[in-house]
Amino acid sequence: MNPVPARAIVIGASAGGVQALLTILPALPADLPLPIMVVLHVPADRSNVLAPLFASKCALIVKEAEDKEPTRPGVVYFAPSDYHLLVEADGALALSSDEPVNYSRPSIDVLFESAADAYGAGLIGLVLTGANADGAAGLKAVADAGGLALVEDPTSAYARPMPEAALRACPAAQVMSLPRIEEFLKGLGQA
Amino acid sequence: MSPVAPHEVEDIEIQLLLEALFQRYHYDFRHYARASIKRRLLQARTHFGLPSLTALQERVLHDPEMLPQLLGFLTVQVSEMFRDPAYFRALREQVLPHLRTYPSLKVWIAGCSAGEEVYSLAILFREEGLFDRTMFYATDINPDALRAAEAGVYSLDRIRKFTENHQKSGGRTSLSDYYTADYGRAVFDKSLRTNVVFSDHSLVSDAVFGEMQLISCRNVMIYFDRPLQDRAVGLFKDSLARNGFLGIGSKESLRFSRHAGAFADFVPEEKIYRRREP
Ligand SMILES: C[S@@+](CC[C@H](N)C(=O)[O-])C[C@H]1O[C@@H](n2cnc3c(N)ncnc32)[C@H](O)[C@@H]1O
Repeated sequence: MNPVPARAIVIGASAGGVQALLTILPALPADLPLPIMVVLHVPADRSNVLAPLFASKCALIVKEAEDKEPTRPGVVYFAPSDYHLLVEADGALALSSDEPVNYSRPSIDVLFESAADAYGAGLIGLVLTGANADGAAGLKAVADAGGLALVEDPTSAYARPMPEAALRACPAAQVMSLPRIEEFLKGLGQA
Repeated sequence: MSPVAPHEVEDIEIQLLLEALFQRYHYDFRHYARASIKRRLLQARTHFGLPSLTALQERVLHDPEMLPQLLGFLTVQVSEMFRDPAYFRALREQVLPHLRTYPSLKVWIAGCSAGEEVYSLAILFREEGLFDRTMFYATDINPDALRAAEAGVYSLDRIRKFTENHQKSGGRTSLSDYYTADYGRAVFDKSLRTNVVFSDHSLVSDAVFGEMQLISCRNVMIYFDRPLQDRAVGLFKDSLARNGFLGIGSKESLRFSRHAGAFADFVPEEKIYRRREP
């Protein structure tokens, strides 16, 4: 499949995303050998509850991303409300309050495009359920840089437009149901 | 020769373009957080309809009139009045009681953008009865932003948010006391800037700005890389009076800074620090 060992995972989700992530993230082992960065669109005043919500349910460490923070394996980083999350070339995280992209801040495209630059073929990009088109250009950037592009199966997703847009922009992406995604990500630890 | 990915070529172009901007115009973005600078340069390239960043470099080197527009892309101007109301509430309730004990005060707003933060602080100090004894120094590197800050005119559709923020900051008056509405614009009262000096000052290359009781530098250092952040924090350390206060953006932190030891937490939730005794 992916000849280069994965070094990081980026996940983007919108409508229905909390539920979808609640089926995936709690299933992953604490010794997952790479970091996970997540952009989840939620109303601006609510998203700072995400990290605590997931932390209580996951074996992985879950926290809100901080500016200039170096990433560590086995940690899930959520973009804070109202800031874009980016990855620098050295793998450290960066936040910015630039204008919204695709009406979104944080934007999935911003995370995915910067992570594709930083990790190249060592990146796994995953677009989950959502009702907009954020993440489509980002997933294409992941694939163009040689990384692995994954999309939640639109037919079983809570909201189809986002995975569908991602597939249109990146037809080479692999389509997987949530249980299949979970299994795949768990397998990364046992490679 | 080993193969070079397209984005690696772009990285070289960025490096060269930033170097060119520095040598030609002395604007130094070489130590800004690279991922975000890259996005904004690519936006500029698209905006100007150019095929590459090299083409953008060639244009800006030979056409100085393009510089202001490019600066508009390179410096992020997102701001609002009383942005993060809890920060202004903390200044009001916890910092100003200390400032009250001084006969005269100096406040530096570094990276003031179009002035939203300046007018917020001027109104706050007026509400708390400290305005008349305070000099405000508002600085930025973007000349268009400084001009807008000096004018103090904002589109009326932003006022609702500003008003809501002002109320949440514990405002004792009505924001509408401070501006007049005029053809879709809110024109802020010029008496608010009688004690304000606006000037061009870069945290990258310019010197200490003496003896402040309060420095507010919010959402500026987030765009710097770590060494540059260290420089800016060092500048603040040396520009603060004894026991002076430093407020930074809600997602910024001194934790990773070389100068962290020079500051004590004052209101940690709002990123307000106090200069330790040297
Ligand atoms: C996002 S705005 C922040 C405005 C305001 N402080 C706030 O928090 O809402 C960032 C500002 O920093 C300015 N800036 C960027 N680099 C700077 C530098 N080296 N020195 C001073 N100001 C700078 C930009 O021009 C811009 O106006």
